[in-house]
Amino acid sequence: MQVIAKSRPVASPPKAAGHLVRDGAGLVLILAAGAAGYWLFPDNLALLTRVIAIALLVLSLDLLVGYCGVASLGQATLFGAGAYAAGMACLRGVTEPMTLIAIGAVAGACAGLVMGTIMLRAHGLAQLVLSIAIVQLAHEAANKASAYTGGSDGLAGFSPSPLFGTFEFDLWGRTAYLFGLGLLVLVFIALKFVVASPFGVLCRGIKEDPVRIRSMGAFVFPVLLKMFVISGAVAGMGGALAAISTQVVGLDSVSFELSANSLVMLVLGGLGSLYGALIGTVIFMGFEHVVSAINPFHWMTMVGALLIAVVLVAPGGLGGLVSRLRPRLRGRNGEQP
Amino acid sequence: MPAESLEIRELSAGYGPTVVLENVSFTVPAGGRLSILGRNGMGKTTLLSSLMGLTKRYGGEIRLDGTDVASLKSCDRAMRGLGLVPQTRDIFRSLTVEENLFAGLKNRPRSAIAEAYEMFPRLHERRRNLGWQLSGGEQQMLSTARTILGRPSVLLLDEPLEGLAPVICDELMAALTRLASTGEMTILLVEQRIESALDFADAVLILERGRIVWQGTSEALRSDQDLVEQYIGVGSLH
Repeated sequence: MQVIAKSRPVASPPKAAGHLVRDGAGLVLILAAGAAGYWLFPDNLALLTRVIAIALLVLSLDLLVGYCGVASLGQATLFGAGAYAAGMACLRGVTEPMTLIAIGAVAGACAGLVMGTIMLRAHGLAQLVLSIAIVQLAHEAANKASAYTGGSDGLAGFSPSPLFGTFEFDLWGRTAYLFGLGLLVLVFIALKFVVASPFGVLCRGIKEDPVRIRSMGAFVFPVLLKMFVISGAVAGMGGALAAISTQVVGLDSVSFELSANSLVMLVLGGLGSLYGALIGTVIFMGFEHVVSAINPFHWMTMVGALLIAVVLVAPGGLGGLVSRLRPRLRGRNGEQP
Repeated sequence: MPAESLEIRELSAGYGPTVVLENVSFTVPAGGRLSILGRNGMGKTTLLSSLMGLTKRYGGEIRLDGTDVASLKSCDRAMRGLGLVPQTRDIFRSLTVEENLFAGLKNRPRSAIAEAYEMFPRLHERRRNLGWQLSGGEQQMLSTARTILGRPSVLLLDEPLEGLAPVICDELMAALTRLASTGEMTILLVEQRIESALDFADAVLILERGRIVWQGTSEALRSDQDLVEQYIGVGSLH
């Protein structure tokens, strides 16, 4: 291509140093929050591990809803696939925790492949209805296949071996929590690369204008299906973590309620932001835990009030609110045209 | 991808049951430039959209270097060598300039976006800005650069100067003229600014109600004020 209008020296493609610093700071914050949870709430580590497992589920949902614009209320299908696969493998003698996480990821990815193949045939409301149908079918299948899943009693009686052959999964949940935190950080880093890659950019372009993306030479279906598989792997790891930490897998892990709650957490934190997914999960589950202890009968009312307040005050979620406030706190940097 | 010839034979296309283009036929040689003129609503944008596979085709052939691509989907046509810069620009508003350019790379390496910055240095200054933060001229530069990065053999430009300030128009047309002079792309330009369109291309065709009513050289049209007034509706050309 010819040089046409050189008004200033042309630099090489921009450096990503600013992004690296910001993402590094974000990771430090996640680790600091994780360490604070470990030291400040030693009696609630089981709950915090559950928060991490659900955070993985919400991150996986964000990949589909926030980055690709795929409507889904059936994400627990992928979470449950990972949880049941890890539980069943553990019952059959595969007890090494890292292997169980890998099994959960593969099961979730396979479930994502199937779910994506079905859901991507439709759009909008029809897609949403399909996702609900899929999670209900998966729930019913898990209930009926009680010989394998334990049905309504749940899958129990398995225990993973010590992590790296050394660290036992103790009664206080310390090992499970630290294991979960490490897993979350690794997954988060990997997802940062995914969403910043040309593939991730393509997904965001599809969300905004799929027709335009097609006319630019990209094939939309395989791109979205690939994201479904990645999302399934992440959700599956969350399910496997939940199975390892609680050593029981119930029907609630593949329920419509969990799917809907995960979407609420994502909306609360902010769509299309990995940080938003984490913030939404922590706020929702923390709020739920505290409020349900204060008022066991009407806590859902308060959760509903919180949601209404967030949607009205910060339509982009709490993560979006932070992004909106940041320029005001810094002052305008002159980049605006 | 080197420039390819474009041959349209008896193309009829439209939207749903409405036929907009009827039996349109013309040829542009490899590396050639053609300006398409006509009043509003005469089918110019529909013609480019039809070449890209974005409308319903009722008949006809679209041949790229002799190969009929009319039955291909829009993404396959883009991979085959057609590239459209739409009138609406269609930049991704939530992506940065740089991310918009990444989206247009097809299978080329990331480093190729330096070519876009060479062509439009303004985009380099704006590379971290989101699409919605750009001015109209910058959006047009971005849309054009994004399409060109995919190295189409045939570039379709739909009213690139619409709504732009004269100084930006000049800058953009200078960039396009120099790009065209390399002969790396066959270029079809739909444009309402007749002077710019005639300066850009040697060959011109005029569309009237979905049909070609005149084809010839820019010079021939420039010298026939009656023709210009009849089909394009402007009083005079300078």
